[in-house]
Amino acid sequence: MGRYLVGRLGQALLVVLAITTIVFFVLRLAPGDPARILLGDLATEEEVHALRVQMGLEEPLYVQYAIFIRNLLQGNLGKSIAFRTPAFPLVLERLPATIELSLVAWVLAIVIAFPLGIVAAVRPRSPAAFFYTVFTAGAQAMPSFWLGIMLMLAFAAWLQILPGSGRGTPQQMVLPALALALNPAAILARLIRAGMVDVMEKDYIRTALAKGLGEAIIIVRHALKNMLIPVVTLMGLQLGVFLGGAVVTETVFAWPGVGRLAIVAIGGRDYPMVQSAVLVLAFVFTLVNLLVDIAYMFLDPRIRYT
Amino acid sequence: MQSPMDTRHRHATTEIAAEAPREAAAGSRLSLWAKLVRDRRSLFGLSVLVLMLIMSLAAPWISPFDPAEQRLLLRLRGPLVQAEPGLRCWLGTDQVGRDNLSRIIYGGRISIFVGVAAVLIGGSVGVLLGLISGYFGGRLDSILMRTADVQLSFPFILLAITIIGAFGAGIVKLVIVLAISGWVVYARTVRGAVLSVKQEQFVEAAVALGAIDWRIVLRHLLPNVVSPVIVIATTQTATMILLESALSFLGMGVPAPTPSWGRMLSDGREYLSTAWWIATFPGLAIFVTVLGINLLGDGLNDAILSRRR
Repeated sequence: MGRYLVGRLGQALLVVLAITTIVFFVLRLAPGDPARILLGDLATEEEVHALRVQMGLEEPLYVQYAIFIRNLLQGNLGKSIAFRTPAFPLVLERLPATIELSLVAWVLAIVIAFPLGIVAAVRPRSPAAFFYTVFTAGAQAMPSFWLGIMLMLAFAAWLQILPGSGRGTPQQMVLPALALALNPAAILARLIRAGMVDVMEKDYIRTALAKGLGEAIIIVRHALKNMLIPVVTLMGLQLGVFLGGAVVTETVFAWPGVGRLAIVAIGGRDYPMVQSAVLVLAFVFTLVNLLVDIAYMFLDPRIRYT
Repeated sequence: MQSPMDTRHRHATTEIAAEAPREAAAGSRLSLWAKLVRDRRSLFGLSVLVLMLIMSLAAPWISPFDPAEQRLLLRLRGPLVQAEPGLRCWLGTDQVGRDNLSRIIYGGRISIFVGVAAVLIGGSVGVLLGLISGYFGGRLDSILMRTADVQLSFPFILLAITIIGAFGAGIVKLVIVLAISGWVVYARTVRGAVLSVKQEQFVEAAVALGAIDWRIVLRHLLPNVVSPVIVIATTQTATMILLESALSFLGMGVPAPTPSWGRMLSDGREYLSTAWWIATFPGLAIFVTVLGINLLGDGLNDAILSRRR
């Protein structure tokens, strides 16, 4: 178990290193001189050159890379061109909003998926199972941003019972979380249904039924427990996916998170900001995956980790 | 219904091995076709797909207006507005008076072109790397699979932001970004399939007869991984169309004057309270297209699986 943990940590570090390297080289290969962008068109060649020296851009590439890594470890990712202040703290400021939205949507997806998947498996000919079929096919084909816009149209513009943008009140959370949650909920519900269908055919379920146990007890105590492992795995993987999906949802609902910050920064050619936002989201994503794997280790003691 | 992930994995590893190499290929293809047409889901998906293809190819002839033509007097008009005597804007007009329907028809070209191009490029690269990885094994295999792992641990949208944030938006860059995001699925599946087919006697026989590596890979391994690749390519086309529209929505897609469904949605978002039709209809177009392709993918999956059973 200890060895597995060390290996898994090493893997996470490797991923982080790979991501930072990719981001570094992509931005160095990009057209446009960062010093020139920072100073604007009015600056003279000498001024640009002086800043290039100061920024280390005149050094060989490997030295630049070393400087980049050193700065990164110090939490220094350059100044935002738009805000004229260090980019990294600005990104960190927005991070709680993104995490909050992702977590709420994640819980929502789980709350939707379980009853739906279970009912579809246990009562295959019921109206609820029909709803399951329509829901899963529909939610998987629907772009989350269109769903978001339609929710906004219905609940904010027409019915006017929920706010369509901003962050602060619980009501403002409802529509973005729904828009973000439905697609993953559909995928999760399909897995839950498949697992339930398999498990309900098992002999021990038949035995439990034969000895007269109630269906609810059988589902909770016997069936769910035995089909939970792949479901928990997917739930863990999805938590990371929500962080990526949040980028789109945040833009639809003007949610003040890291994703929206990154998209606005791209529009303004604010490279340091883009870089900081991407790196922060990627680190959080890697960290979440690592934590999920560690949690999984405790949840499923049968699997031997080597 | 099964999760795509788990069915994919299943026929990648076990079903392939059970299939006889190339006999009866023509016969089974016919019955696969018949199965698809008989299955209501697949038939619906197939019809949607054919309809969208015709619509995109015939765009200049069937679209009622020039998609770029602005009529400021007719801006933000609702569906069915009369634009010229005898000519209506069936789905309304946008913020500069362009015909919504014509823009949706032309926008389909972008979605379908980008989706298909990304699948062809990503799929070819993925299949090739999967074949190499599975057949040759060793260090090359572990390098390729670690690369795949790293990529999977990096959310696609961040990759897109990094590349497009640095190099700017454009249709070629869009296709490249999508292809990069797509290759892993093919590579992993093909590698798994190759690993099991490699153990079959006909491969052993080919080796014993002195066939060279490339001949074995192309003549004996490739034909046996085609079925799962077709299923993946189908569902991936839907995924790519969704991703393309998401990137266009975020302003990272095809640049401005060209109509694309995602961009129309982001324009429409600004006018939601006054002109609901601008954002609603292009979204509906994405939804129907993706739904159709997904259903066809499910049908193909079932047809290929049941053929094997």
